[in-house]
Amino acid sequence: MIQRRGLIVGVWLLALVLGLALLTRARFSADMSAFLPAAPSAEQQILVDQLKDGTVSRLMLVGITGASSDARAELSRRLAARLRTSHDFASVANGEAGGFERERKLLFDNRYLLSPAVTSQRFSTAGLHAAIADSIAALALPSGAWTKALLPADPTGETLQLIDMMSGRDSATISDGVWASRDGKEALLMLYTRAAGSDTDAQEAVLARLNNDFAAVRAELLGHYQVLAGARLQATGPGVFGVEARERIRGEALRFSILGSLIIVALLWSVYRSWRVLLLGLVPVASGVLAGVVAVSLGFGMVHAITVGFGVTLIGEAVDYSIYLFIQSGAGGVGSAREWQRRFWPTIRLGVLTSVCGFAALLFSGFPGLAQLGLYSIAGLAAAALVTRWVLPLLLPAGFAVRDLSVLAERLAWGLRCLRRLRALVPVLALLSLALLIVLRQPLWNHDLAALSPVPAEQQRLDAALRAELGAPDVRYLAVVSGADREAVLRETERLAPKLDALVARGLLAGYESPSRYLPSQAAQAARQASLPDETTLRARLATALAGQPIQPAKLEPFVAAVEAARQAPLLSPASFRGTSLALLLDGLLVEQGGRNLALLPLRAPAGGIDAAALSKALSGAPLQLVDLKTASNRLYGAYLDEAIHLVGFGMLAIVLLLALALRSPAKLGRALLPLVTAVLVVTAGHLLVGGTLNLLHLVGLLLIVAIGSNYALFFVGSERSASVLLSLLIANLATLAGFGLLAFSSVPVLAALGSTAGPGALLALLFAAVLDRHEDA
Amino acid sequence: MTRRFLALLLCALPLMASAADFDLDRLLGQLAQTRSAHATFTEKQYLTLLDKPLESSGELAYEAPGHLEKRTLQPKVESLVLDGGTLTVERGGKRHVLKLQDYPEIAAFIDSIRATMAGDRRALEAAYRTELDGRYERWTLQLTPTAPKMLAKVSRVKISGVRADLRQIEIVQADGDRSVMSIARAAP
Repeated sequence: MIQRRGLIVGVWLLALVLGLALLTRARFSADMSAFLPAAPSAEQQILVDQLKDGTVSRLMLVGITGASSDARAELSRRLAARLRTSHDFASVANGEAGGFERERKLLFDNRYLLSPAVTSQRFSTAGLHAAIADSIAALALPSGAWTKALLPADPTGETLQLIDMMSGRDSATISDGVWASRDGKEALLMLYTRAAGSDTDAQEAVLARLNNDFAAVRAELLGHYQVLAGARLQATGPGVFGVEARERIRGEALRFSILGSLIIVALLWSVYRSWRVLLLGLVPVASGVLAGVVAVSLGFGMVHAITVGFGVTLIGEAVDYSIYLFIQSGAGGVGSAREWQRRFWPTIRLGVLTSVCGFAALLFSGFPGLAQLGLYSIAGLAAAALVTRWVLPLLLPAGFAVRDLSVLAERLAWGLRCLRRLRALVPVLALLSLALLIVLRQPLWNHDLAALSPVPAEQQRLDAALRAELGAPDVRYLAVVSGADREAVLRETERLAPKLDALVARGLLAGYESPSRYLPSQAAQAARQASLPDETTLRARLATALAGQPIQPAKLEPFVAAVEAARQAPLLSPASFRGTSLALLLDGLLVEQGGRNLALLPLRAPAGGIDAAALSKALSGAPLQLVDLKTASNRLYGAYLDEAIHLVGFGMLAIVLLLALALRSPAKLGRALLPLVTAVLVVTAGHLLVGGTLNLLHLVGLLLIVAIGSNYALFFVGSERSASVLLSLLIANLATLAGFGLLAFSSVPVLAALGSTAGPGALLALLFAAVLDRHEDA
Repeated sequence: MTRRFLALLLCALPLMASAADFDLDRLLGQLAQTRSAHATFTEKQYLTLLDKPLESSGELAYEAPGHLEKRTLQPKVESLVLDGGTLTVERGGKRHVLKLQDYPEIAAFIDSIRATMAGDRRALEAAYRTELDGRYERWTLQLTPTAPKMLAKVSRVKISGVRADLRQIEIVQADGDRSVMSIARAAP
């Protein structure tokens, strides 16, 4: 006996040590993309990739408020200069001229390969005459002031063609030389980080650097501009959201775990009034949490912070088992622990199994985050139950006993007897809730992925405002062109350009971005190159073309040289852009995916937003796919919501089957299920009544009501009934409530949704089960 | 004799006073009275690059104190709008918003006129050395940039006027290019 005891405790200790060792090697993440579904289709893959590390995910918008316009502008200039020296940013733009010298030179040097106006017609004698006459006439215009310098090398005006092509209809407002909001109260910067938006660690470092640099530059300038003391920096963008969400999730996971544990400890202390009992009661909990984290770490390679945040609920539920053991075995000591194992363990075992069944459904979820929650709970609950059954009784010292709780228990039993008069209310409540669900006819499920977004509405508003001010591409609409290789994709994109330009002219679009503007297809470049005449021909044509024009051929020598150079120049390739911010831009616009090449053309919405119906009508038949990332993501989310509804349905069905098998009596099964079903219906109806819709995590919460509630219901189906059983159930329930109920107050929607369903649901399940109990000797 | 001399002196006093009183403050004070104005212009540009001067024409509009618009109608439509510190160029249906101090050649034209019309002595003297000649009935204000960055582009701006009306603006650029804009006030 002693040997067996030593063996069990030894195995447990070994497992603990092993678990702790594994724990130190676990990787923790708070990347919200764990709650982005794994994407099956190509379109959805684009979506998820874009959200994770596409160019749009690297965008960081910065606003400087406070102080005065000139002080903000100087701050913006100094800050931009400082950020440009860092390796963290692929591009730093603040509206200053001269910010993109390298890029400008690259484009200017390659104007004859880039400009769509370059054709052999344009370089004929007549074409040259017309183009040069135009350029000369344009010198008289205000803009002539700066086109004048370009004329000798670019008399056909290709640079202006490029500028017109690359600039949208509107550009951002300039105030004191840098980008500013339209109301002039904010200086704006647009940054692209090198790190992907989903690389939260890197984004956090970048954000820290940005804040440090801002503080340093402000301190430097304080002597000149005292008003800068009031200057503030605001940053938004996908990466910033990720960092802030992680901060919040981490913070809340920690806060709620500590607070939940304190409440549970206080609850247990008020019942046990003994530190020894209390600590022993927490042994299965600690084992369970450890097992859960280690299992997830082994199974998924990393542990999501939300999973850990969820741990608080596991504490609430895992502590139940020791509560059962201590209170149900009563004041009888170790001997009665053995007695407890005989009388109560089968019921608890069944309860654990139903919980495991419920959580197992989550394992099959397409959301890695949900699957983690499932595995965490299964491993945690199983470990906690096993430790309670096998290890905890062995750890109890001889003569161990919980203080006499019979007075408390009797009072509770009396209270319950009174409550039972309300028995008829339970089915009435169930029917009322059901009727309400039918009558309200509200959409039950929220199909908007934003419902899960951890980004507060205020941050989202700031982001939208800055994007609108800067004309920054918003993440929403993309035209996607696909082809066998890059060249094919670029050619297709070039064929599409006139069609899209027409849409811009019609005002359906404010503009669009296209990779072929920067990197035309090799075919287009070669054709442009071939249309350039050789030096002798060009001179001859110029001589004729310039007759009657107020410019001497000798003034255009730089043009002749530039054309000759362009004829010899190597064609542009992605490598030509290395080291410039255009490389990053191209990377985002040209992607390779599973052997297919894609060009992504972000569409800019006009002031009134994009009329998706008119747009897809105008583009019907064009070899492109219009992707509305918001709709696509919602559709994707909708599909996973449907999947989750099925999974949760299967989970509940599995629980019912398990109960049916174990109870072997339709009447008992009915009695076990009625409180659970009623609790689920009442909670659902309650959520709809307060005006909410349900999202994926509410659904999981409903499953949890059944999984947890079944533990309570089973006790009322069995024949064991005593005041102490009731008391143990109430305390276990309160502990669970402390765990889940707290989550309801979380600002992270995922956690709040779980808490606000499972918390009240578990309480109601116990209440209904107790009220419905027909056992008379309680 | 003495009496006649005194009488003469007395008669001459107002004249002398008016000549002595005509200074930059008085001119700018008068100019600042104009709250809004419309005018047409013709402009000749003498560019070293070209054999012949370029001609253009269009309209000017001014709204005190910070809004100035130059709408070229010939040979092509293009508008240049200065509003506060923002310069907007609109051509071919596209708007380009520019930073004034990056384009000193444009800034010279547009801001010197704006500041003169607004009677904004502080703005004028912040950027230029001023030299006023003539009388209120016919004056010439020569502006020479003080900032080296601007001086590298613009040698001087010469604004001539009659009373509170601007009549001609001549801009001489550092590279020898020169433009002369003649202004005719449109009938109100």
